[in-house]
Amino acid sequence: MTSRLSAITWNTFREAVRDRILYNLVLFVLLLVASAPLFSQISIGLEKLMLVNVGLSSISLFGVIIAIFVGIGLVSKEIEKKTLYTMLSRPVRRWEFIAGKYLGLLLTLVVNTALMTVGFHVALLIFINRLKSADAMLLVAVYFIVLQFMMMVAITLLFSTFSTPIFSAIFAFALYVIGTFGEDLKNFAAISQGVTKWLAMGAAYVMPNFASLNVISQAAHEQSVSSGLILSNTVYALLYSLAVTVAAVMVFERRNLK
Amino acid sequence: MLAIEIKSLTKEYAVGFWKKKRRPALKSLNLTVETGETFGFLGPNGAGKTTTLKLLMGIIFPTSGSATILGKDFLDPDVKRRIGFLPEQPYFYDYLSAPELLDYYAQLSGVAADVRKQRIGELLGRVGLSDVGSKQLRKFSKGMLQRVGIAQAIIHDPEVVFLDEPMSGLDPVGRHEVRELIQSLKDAGKTIFFSTHILSDAEALCDRVAVIHKGELRGVGVVNDFRSSLAEKTEVIWLGANALSTVNSLLAEVHVTADTVRGTVQSGDLDRLLEKLRQQGARLISVTPVHRTLEDYFLSKTKEEEKEAVTL
Repeated sequence: MTSRLSAITWNTFREAVRDRILYNLVLFVLLLVASAPLFSQISIGLEKLMLVNVGLSSISLFGVIIAIFVGIGLVSKEIEKKTLYTMLSRPVRRWEFIAGKYLGLLLTLVVNTALMTVGFHVALLIFINRLKSADAMLLVAVYFIVLQFMMMVAITLLFSTFSTPIFSAIFAFALYVIGTFGEDLKNFAAISQGVTKWLAMGAAYVMPNFASLNVISQAAHEQSVSSGLILSNTVYALLYSLAVTVAAVMVFERRNLK
Repeated sequence: MLAIEIKSLTKEYAVGFWKKKRRPALKSLNLTVETGETFGFLGPNGAGKTTTLKLLMGIIFPTSGSATILGKDFLDPDVKRRIGFLPEQPYFYDYLSAPELLDYYAQLSGVAADVRKQRIGELLGRVGLSDVGSKQLRKFSKGMLQRVGIAQAIIHDPEVVFLDEPMSGLDPVGRHEVRELIQSLKDAGKTIFFSTHILSDAEALCDRVAVIHKGELRGVGVVNDFRSSLAEKTEVIWLGANALSTVNSLLAEVHVTADTVRGTVQSGDLDRLLEKLRQQGARLISVTPVHRTLEDYFLSKTKEEEKEAVTL
């Protein structure tokens, strides 16, 4: 089982690399370099604030775009191109295929994010000259971004098992936007009454909550993040991703491929 | 021992806006294939051949019925380790090279790393692709892809090989090469189940054939029976058109080109025809029994319904 899972994971990663997905790194570097003249015109304190905001937001945005646009094709492309025929005629269980695809795209995003993080720190060194121990918070922010990717990959994979790529992209993007306002949905549920309260509460639990995973602003202001939040966010992202991936498996297990 | 046993396998698709209508794609198929047999699954386009193969491979699920391969349920992962499949017009991960694709599929089929390396080199040579190197599959021709397809179907040395239209879209050279490959699998004792609508391929390779039409099994026949059966008619060719008036009443069909006559006679009348031709001084060129061909069988099975419809 592990051999098949790792083979599918590795092949999904290889596909992303050969489809030049990692070329976005070049864009990322260009973005940082292009913003440099702006940073130099701002006072010392704000320069770092801006660089952290631009750097981390870019890491998040680039990753979400990759998660959506590669994720929507993970299963549907294999069905459309009939590459699944030769896959399913082997001793590959359908859940192994889904799990391998999930892990492959996540691996791509982790590698992409790791490289961007290195580039981002190099930029920090160039523009700010030195790193402080408080800058470790930047890594926590990056870790939370990776947790967001875990959830986004699961969401796009689920849509990919039953919908067309265009609709999958629309649904996944809509969920991402809703997810960034996750806390507002919870707050709305808290102040609502009756049926509205229950509906808002239900939606708050079903929809992904990316708001609590966004600590870019805190990191930029060198504010610490509690270990409790790190733990709860980790557990939340793991459970949410697992639940959505299980849903994807359940849909795919029953699906007749054309 | 039976390699494949299909029992009442049925596939219906829900159609229409409300998905309430049922369109049958395969109607209660019953079929057995012996171990070591090369079995041809014949039918016109849209007959249900690919549907049957997709069901057996677990790509789609049956509405009812069951099947066993090598004595086990067809969806058993252990069975899938022992079978190989070439889909119709195969499409593979085109960003991979042929050795990478074969390595990937072999890994999925549980072939050990050291065996994989050896088998990949050996197989690429066998299908005539030993010089492709690291060229990506997106740069391959259709014939080359078909050969990669056959290689991936047998990379794990399966006992039963399923081939869906293995010669479709190939030029005569490609078809010949694929035919040779299938023959070599047959010589190696593999059970081969292949679907085709090219009858000459089936006639050359198969031990038995089944004819399917409109999702329904129309008949199963032994190919050798067509060859060894006593001919009902005999074709006689002779020189001497002037003898024609004497023997014309014996001939079922006749074609005359200059002084050469080609006539078909019922086998029972052959001796009388030859005697009369000798008496007329005609020079005999050839006497050939006309056997019933696979094409005759195929046409009789696929046209039965039309005949019945006309009779009604």
